Amino acid sequence: MLKALKNFKGTLRRYFKGNPAAIIGTTIVTTIIVACLSAPLLTDTDPNRRVARGHQPPSAELIFGSTRAGKDIFSQVLYGGRISLMVAFTAAIMTTIIALAVGVTSGYLGGKTDETLMAITNILLVFPQLPLLIILAAFLGQVGPFIIALILGLTSWPWGARVMRSQTLALRNKEFVTAAETMGESKWRIVVVEIIPNLISLVAGMFVGTSLYAIGAQAGLEFLGLGDPTVVSWGTMLYWAQSSAAFIVGAWWDFVVPGTFIALMGGGLALLNISIDQVSNPKLKTGAYIKIWRRMKAEVEARRRGVQS
Amino acid sequence: MAFILRRLAFYIIAIFVAITFNFLMPRLMPGDPVDALFAAAGGKIPPETLAAYREMLGFVDGPLWVQYLQYLKSVVTFDLGPTIMMFPVQVTELLERTLPWTLALSGAATLISVVLGCFIGLYASYNRGGFVDRFYPVFWQFVASMPQAVTALFIFFIFSMTLEWFPLGYGADPDLAPGWNWEYISSIMHHAVLPLVTLLIAMLATWIFTMRNAMVNVLGEDYITMAKAKGLSARRIMTHYAARNAILPVVTAVSMALGFAVAGQIFIETVYNYPGIGQLIFKSTAARDYPLMQACFLLIVLFVLAANFIADVLYVLLDPRLRK
Repeated sequence: MLKALKNFKGTLRRYFKGNPAAIIGTTIVTTIIVACLSAPLLTDTDPNRRVARGHQPPSAELIFGSTRAGKDIFSQVLYGGRISLMVAFTAAIMTTIIALAVGVTSGYLGGKTDETLMAITNILLVFPQLPLLIILAAFLGQVGPFIIALILGLTSWPWGARVMRSQTLALRNKEFVTAAETMGESKWRIVVVEIIPNLISLVAGMFVGTSLYAIGAQAGLEFLGLGDPTVVSWGTMLYWAQSSAAFIVGAWWDFVVPGTFIALMGGGLALLNISIDQVSNPKLKTGAYIKIWRRMKAEVEARRRGVQS
Repeated sequence: MAFILRRLAFYIIAIFVAITFNFLMPRLMPGDPVDALFAAAGGKIPPETLAAYREMLGFVDGPLWVQYLQYLKSVVTFDLGPTIMMFPVQVTELLERTLPWTLALSGAATLISVVLGCFIGLYASYNRGGFVDRFYPVFWQFVASMPQAVTALFIFFIFSMTLEWFPLGYGADPDLAPGWNWEYISSIMHHAVLPLVTLLIAMLATWIFTMRNAMVNVLGEDYITMAKAKGLSARRIMTHYAARNAILPVVTAVSMALGFAVAGQIFIETVYNYPGIGQLIFKSTAARDYPLMQACFLLIVLFVLAANFIADVLYVLLDPRLRK
């Protein structure tokens, strides 16, 4: 247990050290998540109640102003964030689980199972996601957050499954897996105990990447008016701002606030993703220490030259 | 050759899956889309037209496979019938009218972002740990990860609505007669600036990353060490040894990106009111114009598949190892 904790601390240190992207990304993402979770503490206005006249600019009372319908944007963006984040994380969990299951099964079992699963994956992979989502949502009518999470989760796994499969293929021929096989361990045990723990950084990267994608896709679908407009979320806030002509009357706060939250969440998750990539593949790293390494190399070379002359 | 044929077979299967998806979609939904359509149009559609829709969507009398064959026939012969939202206009005509705008926009965006991104990526890997390497990829990735709908809205509000530097919509000034004269072409270019910039913002980071990471991986190879040992200049190693190999994943990604750029323009065209196929999808979903929607979807799928196929062919041409 203690060793695991130490390991975890080591990973954290490697993740943050000399990596401003990781620090900024984590700060943005945690701030937004915490703010949305503690919405009832930060505001006591109901996001669905009319509290002011329409399109009031930001002021001391209404920090982010009001919508056309006179609702408090500050309260809406926090409560709406709960829905948006919930959809994103639900979709990401579903996607990650399906991708992991398909990828590892396909990569470890091989043979006919592999062929069938990969044929399905590849066909789904070449379909353009966004139009597919839009068509599905349009046929289903105005879809609520839960349905959006469901269709996002069910359609975005193929790419991840491919990545997991190729990694599993690489792991399958490693000595420790062969050793486990020789010892007669069951396939289940090998997959769960030997292979999956080695995929953890991929799983984390995929979870973050899919959340990022889901935030954007959900906002996009709802912005186009395919979502359920009675639910308050970041996407529907944009939809209402657009359809209530916030542009034309110059009520910029009406779409700038939810837009900024979506943009920051997307950007923050992207920074997390880059950092996870760099931890799992240190070759890709950049930063101050490369300079240090260069300086040391130059010093060594200078010394060598000194010896020669 | 066997590789190409195998891929070709795969894409043909994929097209069939797309057509089948289109065929099954209206059947899995509760109710009949033709009835929904009749209601949506406010009962303005004459019964003969409704019967034609039914036939076109494959809702003819008979078992499912007869319906499927009927639908296949109408797709293969491009007999997609009239649209609902702009009633007498044929679906194919509308697609023909919108496709050039989208293709030009996504083509230009792909070309510019690839060239620019590859240079930045190359430079970043050339100066590992330098300013460009440390900040450009991360910064552009940060910006690119803001959903396109949001960046498009912001840029549109700042540059079109507030500063009024750019027009509020359309592909070109509607008062000008289309033609090959400077006035019309400059109008097209003026209208394309903001959509193009938004697309570039969304695409640039991919290329910076692809190129940089490919370079970083290639630079660790033995033949680079060998080239260094031969005493070649750093610049020559970069351009003649590393970049030539690193460009491989980039080239194949380009044609795929082109396909996805066509698909990804829905938000941009909607926000900028640009007359391309993305906006057409948006309008057709808003009007519940199922035939048009399905035709757009099928066309985009065809494009993405074609782009993928070109990528495969290019890969074979570029990588001799696959040609055996």
